This record gives sequence, structure tokens and C-alpha cells, in this order.
Amino acid sequence: MNWQRWLMIAPALLFFLVFALVPMLVAVYYSGLQWNGISAPTWVGLFNWRHAFANGEAVHAIWLTVELMVLCWIIQTPLSLLLGVFLAGKQKHRAIFGVFYFVPLLFSAVAIGVTWSYLLNPNFGLIDALLKAAHIGSGNQNWIGNPSIALLVVSLIIGWQFIPFHTLLYQSGAKQIPDSLYEAAKIDGASPLNSFFSITLPQLKYTIITSSVLILTGSLTYFDLIYVLTGGGPGNATQVLAMDMYKEAFVNQNIGVGSVLAVVLAVSGVVLSILTLRFTGFSRMESQLEGM
Amino acid sequence: MIPMLANEPALQVVKRTRRQVPTWYNVLFTLLGVLWLIISFYPVLYMLMTSLRSQNGYLVGIPWLPPLHPTFGNYATVIQAGFAHYFLNSVIVSVTSVVLIVGCSVLSAYVIVRTKNKVVRFIFNLFLVGLALPIQAAIIPIYIIITKMGLYDTLIGMILPSVAFGLPLTLLILVNFVRDIPSELYESMGLDGASDFQVMRSLVLPLAMPALISVSIYDFVQAWNNFLFPLVLTQSDSSRVMPMAIVSFQGQYTMNVPVTMAAVMLSALPLILAYIFGRRYLLGGLLAGFGK
Repeated sequence: MNWQRWLMIAPALLFFLVFALVPMLVAVYYSGLQWNGISAPTWVGLFNWRHAFANGEAVHAIWLTVELMVLCWIIQTPLSLLLGVFLAGKQKHRAIFGVFYFVPLLFSAVAIGVTWSYLLNPNFGLIDALLKAAHIGSGNQNWIGNPSIALLVVSLIIGWQFIPFHTLLYQSGAKQIPDSLYEAAKIDGASPLNSFFSITLPQLKYTIITSSVLILTGSLTYFDLIYVLTGGGPGNATQVLAMDMYKEAFVNQNIGVGSVLAVVLAVSGVVLSILTLRFTGFSRMESQLEGM
Repeated sequence: MIPMLANEPALQVVKRTRRQVPTWYNVLFTLLGVLWLIISFYPVLYMLMTSLRSQNGYLVGIPWLPPLHPTFGNYATVIQAGFAHYFLNSVIVSVTSVVLIVGCSVLSAYVIVRTKNKVVRFIFNLFLVGLALPIQAAIIPIYIIITKMGLYDTLIGMILPSVAFGLPLTLLILVNFVRDIPSELYESMGLDGASDFQVMRSLVLPLAMPALISVSIYDFVQAWNNFLFPLVLTQSDSSRVMPMAIVSFQGQYTMNVPVTMAAVMLSALPLILAYIFGRRYLLGGLLAGFGK
């Protein structure tokens, strides 16, 4: 390899090593320190690890993250699939629907979080006003201040944010299914429900895998929205891993424990990716696509 | 491919009847479509309507209807509060990040595709590992590194890690794209004797233009909406970017929802304009190769 090519690959490599890969490894080292980020750090070995797991904090955060993952998948996958297939239809009004469906994609997680915190406000929020006008419930429901439903509400809002994206994925997948398959099935006397299960679903297999992988790995990193909406609360009802890590490191200035959680996060990300690669044949799919 | 297609007349009959009689599943589908239209678009409409309300109008008006006396006063308030400055900061951070990410990636993608050796293969695999690592997992060491470099609370301090974490996906997409350029093209253009930079300029860049546009859009949206880096790496007014500005507006005008909604609308302005004038490009960019 000549010097020109080294020169071409060097900038990317440098950026990636210094600001992504090395920090990831440094986090492992930090997890063994007792440090507030300012004074001199002390090496304490596995103390932070034992501390984080013994008091149940890390376990709680991991458990919440898993719950969030499952909730997000259940909320987003069936709806996005149906909506994507719906939009892939050739009827004109569906195209117009599509224009509106994708609008939430234009807003940041912060913008969405702030808006929904107003929509759900128990005193002057729109949802409360609508429910009152329809005489449903007792009014002044504190949606995100109630620990038993806060995580569900957060997952629903995450769904509102991300369903448009996954709908887009499914739409583009469903559009690629050849019409001839449906026509043939119809002539064979298949009902629409039959062709949905015997043609649409199997043909969307790889889209389902891609979308699910993105939802699952994405749920590890939902931070912005939770920060804005609940800040991890009420109590620690929505304190998922990323949120817990942020609070430990940057609020409590406990770099060591924060790093423990960061490492757990990184390992979960890698393990999740490897598992999905193994069990879904995702890598085979990629090599198939390369030939297209 | 499918023998039944020979049965053309029967096919047309089937099509005609489908158009005339709306079947139960079509009705059900359309109903679901309308319901989702309301759920997904109404909150956006609420943002817009509320941003045009006066503070008085917000408290006394009917929250789900458009304001009786729309006003742009909230937008004026937001702009007077320094929003133009934050907007400019966001533009600088996003545009610089995109240029660096896409520039570094396309150079590396070329090298990775055109060089067959173990070192380059290893480097590519390193970047692929980067795909699985969440930003949150590296944020603590990044904070320390940026502070030690004296870049805390600067725009550059946000740009550097954004580039590092934007690289893996962009690189992967561009590698797949550059790989699809047939090797005969390199030969037939008589570029065998040409330097890599010349091949890059006269062959790869022009051919990869659609992919470059699409990843640039994707990276821009990511950088524009990024919240964690500014949250952890900046603090002062002078380096505030859009998502942070929304949060600070929310804190400053707790009860003044219309002003915050005006800030939310302005923060999404570039994407709203892109959606109006180039919906196809924007949506294609957001899919970033996942919909392939």
C-alpha cells in the first residue's frame, strides 16, 4: 500500500481512535477509579462494580432498559409494519397520508420531549383538556409523574417519535414486493388476509430484522427524550442505563460508578449486535444484498 | 416467471372489482390510517397552533382549536432572546461535522475497497465494531479528553466526537456503494497509471454523488439534533446549540408554553424546509441505506 492511501485513510482512523475507540477502552480503566473528575483519582479495583451491583442500582437500571426494549419493540413493530404496508398501497390517498405520517421525523428528541411534557401536563395539558371534555377519567392525571405508568408513557412517546422512521423502512420494503406475487395469489383464490401472511410477511423478513435490530439497539441509547421528559424520575422509575450513567458521572460526579454503567452499556451493545447477527442471519442478508 | 400471468383477462376483472367495491379490510385499513394520521400529525399541529397563540390566549383559549388571534409575537421573543446566535452555532457544528464525516469516509471507503491487505481489512472491522458502540458509553472519557485539550465549552469540542461517531455508519454505506463500481470502469478509463487522488476525483466522486448526498443528509440530521454532546461538553450561552436552547427556554419560560413552542418550531426549521422542498431526498437520506 502506497503512502497516498495511508494518507487517505488516516484522518478517519485518527478521529475514530481518539474520540471513539480509545475513550471506550479508557472507560474500562475509569471504572476502577474513585474519582470526582477534579481531584487526584485513586485506584480501587472492582469496588465500584461491587458497589453498583450490590445496592441494586445497576440491576434496576439494566432491568428498566430491558423493559424499555421490550415495550418499544411491542409498540413499534406491529404498528410500523401495518402502516408501512398501508402506505405501500397504490391508492392516491395513502400517498397523501404518508406526507403527514413522516412529519414527526423533522423534530429532535428534545423538541418532542418538551412538546409532550406540555401535552401531558396534568394542569394545562391538551390530553387532560380532551379527556375532561370527553368526561373520561377523573382529570388531572399525572402521566409522567406516576411511577407505575411513567415507563409505559415514555415508551409510547418514543414510539410516536420512531414509528414514522420504521414505517418508512417497511414502506420501502413492501414496495419492493413484486405485484405479480399478489396477483398470482389472488387468482389462486387467496384472501387478502392469506396473502398478507403468506406473501407480505415472509417477503418483509429482512425488513423486520433490520427494523427490530434498530429498535433493540436504539433502546439502549434512548437518553435525550428521557432526560427532557422525566429526568429518570419519578424516583428512579425511568432511570434506564444511559440516564443512570449520566447522573452518576455528571450529577453525582462519581466517574467510577458512571464508568461501570458505561461499560455495561457498551458490552450490551456489542452482545446485542453479535446475538442478532448470529440468530437472524443478518450478515448473510448483507452479503445477499451486495450482489444486487 | 409466474405462469398464471398468462391469464390476462381474468386479472383485469379482478382489478376492476377491487376498485369498485371497498372491501372490509380496505375500510379497516383506511380507518387505522386516519386514526394514525391524527395521532402522528395532531401534536405537530398543536406545536404550530400554540406557537401562534399569545400567552393569554393559551390559558383561556380552547387548546385543541387554532388561536382566534394568531400572533408572531412568540417568534419575535425567541429571536430577541438570542436564538439567531444559537441557530448559527448549530449550523456551524452540523455543517462542519458533515463535511468532515463525509470527506473522511469517502477517502477511507475508496482505500478499503481498492486495497486488499490484512491491515486495511482490520481497520474496516474496527469501524464496524464502532457501529455497535453507543455514544453514551464513551461520553465520560470524551468529556475528560475534551476538557484536557482545553476545548470544553467550544464548538470544536462538540464537532470532534460527533465526527468520530458519525464515521462508522457513513463509512459502511459508502464502502457498499464504492464496491458496486465495476472494476472494469477503473481500467477502461485508462486510469491504471493515474494516482489515487486522480481516480478519486474523476471517477469515484462523480459516481458516488447520490450516496454522498444521502449520507450527508443523514449525518446533518444526526448532528443537528444531537443533545448529549452539547449537554456534557458545553455550558455557556456563547456555545449553545439548538437543542440546548430549547431546554433552556423551557426552564426560563416554564409557564409560557407558546414561546417554547415557537423555539421548537424554529429549531426544526431547516428540516421543515427540506421536507417541503425536497421530501424525497430528505426521506431517502433519513433511511441512510437501511431501506436498501
